[in-house]
Amino acid sequence: MPLLEFTNKGIYCPPADVYIDPWRPVNRALITHGHADHSRWGHQHYLCTETAAPVIRYRLGHVNLSTTKFGEPTTINGVKFSFHPAGHIVGSAQIRVEHKGEVWVASGDYKIVPDGLSEPFEPVRCHTFITESTFGLPVYRWKPQHTVFEEINDWWRQNQAQGKVSVLAVYALGKAQRLLHGVDDSIGPIFTHGAIEKTTQVMRKQGLKLPPTQRITQQYKSKDFEGALVLATPSATGSNWMRRFKSASVGIASGWMSLRGTRRRRAADRGFILSDHADWNELNEAIRATGAERVAVTHGYTNLFARWLREECGLDAWEADTEYEGESLDAEDSGDSENDKDA
Amino acid sequence: MKAFANLYTRLDQTTKTNTKVAELARFFDQSNDRDRLWTVAILSHRRPKRTVNTTLLRNWAAELAGIPLWLFEESYHVVGDLSEAIALTLPKAEKTNDEALTFWIEYIKALDKLEEAEKKQRVTDAWMQMDYTERLVFNKLIMGGFRIGVSQKLMVRALSKSTDIDENTLAHRIMGNWTPDKTTFENLILTKDPLEDVSKPYPFYLAYALENNPEELGAPKDWIAERKWDGIRGQLIVRKGELFVWSRGEELVTDKFPEYHSLAELLPNGTVLDGEILPYKDGKPLTFNDLQTRIGRKNVTKSVLEKAPVVLVAYDLLEWEGEDIRERPMQERRSLLEQLLRQTNTGDIILLSEQVPFSNWQALEPERQNARQHHSEGLMLKQKDSPYLSGRKKGDWWKWKVDPLTIDAVMIYAQRGHGRRANLYTDFTFAVWDEQTLVPFTKAYSGLTDKEFREITAWVRRNTIDRFGPVRSVEPTHVFEIAFEGIRKSSRHKSGVALRFPRISRWRKDKPLREANTLEDLQQLLKLYETGA
Repeated sequence: MPLLEFTNKGIYCPPADVYIDPWRPVNRALITHGHADHSRWGHQHYLCTETAAPVIRYRLGHVNLSTTKFGEPTTINGVKFSFHPAGHIVGSAQIRVEHKGEVWVASGDYKIVPDGLSEPFEPVRCHTFITESTFGLPVYRWKPQHTVFEEINDWWRQNQAQGKVSVLAVYALGKAQRLLHGVDDSIGPIFTHGAIEKTTQVMRKQGLKLPPTQRITQQYKSKDFEGALVLATPSATGSNWMRRFKSASVGIASGWMSLRGTRRRRAADRGFILSDHADWNELNEAIRATGAERVAVTHGYTNLFARWLREECGLDAWEADTEYEGESLDAEDSGDSENDKDA
Repeated sequence: MKAFANLYTRLDQTTKTNTKVAELARFFDQSNDRDRLWTVAILSHRRPKRTVNTTLLRNWAAELAGIPLWLFEESYHVVGDLSEAIALTLPKAEKTNDEALTFWIEYIKALDKLEEAEKKQRVTDAWMQMDYTERLVFNKLIMGGFRIGVSQKLMVRALSKSTDIDENTLAHRIMGNWTPDKTTFENLILTKDPLEDVSKPYPFYLAYALENNPEELGAPKDWIAERKWDGIRGQLIVRKGELFVWSRGEELVTDKFPEYHSLAELLPNGTVLDGEILPYKDGKPLTFNDLQTRIGRKNVTKSVLEKAPVVLVAYDLLEWEGEDIRERPMQERRSLLEQLLRQTNTGDIILLSEQVPFSNWQALEPERQNARQHHSEGLMLKQKDSPYLSGRKKGDWWKWKVDPLTIDAVMIYAQRGHGRRANLYTDFTFAVWDEQTLVPFTKAYSGLTDKEFREITAWVRRNTIDRFGPVRSVEPTHVFEIAFEGIRKSSRHKSGVALRFPRISRWRKDKPLREANTLEDLQQLLKLYETGA
């Protein structure tokens, strides 16, 4: 029997009777990170890292949640589990599972390039590696992030000069904070959509140093936004919520913005290629660094990436069905979809 | 190429028409005449001759990127644009270059006679001194299809802004059979009386579809109605004893239609007609399909001429006795047209577009509905006083099409879209019931909103039964209404029928699976359609 199995509820470890990032309610769930497709409602017990916990608590409310430190082993029914940085968002982890000398790593979502906020990705040696493949095609290769931030800063300055508000559509958890951390906040004031502000507050409270932001409420008039950068959720940018800005340029920051077609479909004024997922090179580098001979490929270009690993890298790779969504432009990361009545 | 690549980026970064025109005008202002002329050429669908085939480009790109060809092909499918897929896949450049647009076009043209190995060397060299956008533009120059959200109309507007020459004049000057090798910017664009070019057509006036009630057009007495034919829009020119036939794609198609050749003598010099090239036999129109088969052929053989002979259904007169009369009211042009056809002996080659008489809009509705009986697509409504405009303009001409045929079908396969819809399931195969089994009969790609595509994509991901390459078979669950313009017998399809212009008209969430239409319903439609009912 394999140490981890892909069942219709999630990634299951039979000897320990626990699930990793399950998508149906289970008794015991180990959670890699707080995004809605990995951290769901309804489990009896949750275990995650200390730095992932505040957001998960905020999003799921009163759940039975325990925490662990990175690298610290937890043994359940003789199976040794430990959490290692995945570099995806603050607190995000790869989960290492060891039993009778066999080691598996479930990596959740990850990126290798340090973003300055998340605990940097750490390769973990294993026999079997479970990898995402959100951007698992050679057309996805990110530019250095400082270049992207320069582009964003330039765009902001340009809009400012033209009397436009710069509205950037981002995930409330992860991408928003990465942007706050990376942009040049001397350019002008930064406003946030309510959903983003709340998540950001939670993360400030756990010690993240982020530039000051103002949450958008009815009290602000259109002239208050002059020259400002606004971080908004993707759904807000397509709604009446935008009416408060007299003249705005809308940007989207996402890995999907590498493709011209996707940029056009979203009808954004600007697309910035910025992702919290590994690009093609990073995926390959990460897999090599694990030394794994067996690789299960989940969410993304599963069949293609698995074939590449099999035929070109000599690995025993297969596609595994899960309900993770990776970076999606189409589904809101819906953990915090509670509407802000006053925003 | 930097300047042109920059232009490309800026055009791509905006969805606003005015910004695009301003960017393009600025580029025209700042470029030399060669680059300007080539830009006009490229944005009016005149690309340099293709000197490298795309199969070679794919192979070289995959090799350079160190990936197997299948992976490149899959990536291409996701990206949806070969130039872009190559630009995204190639490794980082080793150096940069300062050459301008024309240099690279000449570079591409010079590849023509070279051996494959030499071509490969040169293309690779070029790629390895370009950044992402330069590569994208370079690839597009090789492959053509420069779609960057700038229509010919917008280009003309920008050119007008930069040269201070009227848009319509420019639109006319850039029509016809020129290439940047054979003319100059000065001659083609700036010279008041450009090189005598007897073949030069006028820009077509294109109608918009009427979405609302015709009542909103005003008094019926100010309008005429004609049947809308399903052929090829054409402009027929006789000047200096020569005949030229242009299709709407600004393609000179004179050779494709020998039926018209005698018109060079039958029509007076200085005559330009606008009409429909229509396959027509035994006093009635054939289907568009017949025309399409004919157009696809390289040679127009005797049997082709017998099977699908064409006529011109003339509906407008643009030039009369050598004079451009487009500014005159439609009614006046029309009566001149009638007079011309009466006076010449062209009766079996040119038919006058028949008017459908009506006194009020309600009376016209049944004429639209019965369009299929006449093998037509619906009606054209034209304002009696209107001049003949250039391009697609709202106001004076409207197409009022017959309602499409529809059928309720079950989605059974889904495939990821590409290009604009790369990460959505947008390409579906639909089936109808044959007893207890579902028989696939058509694919359809468009018609749902982005929101609906997102919804169905999420559903497809969760309800996949099996995968065959990029195709997923899904649990038969959802019923969609499929609209289409025509139906014909087909031995190539399992269902025995093929549809024309199928698209999704709506998602029938109200319709239970079992109540989707049947194969028998389809066959019934086929029968009715063939008899024109």
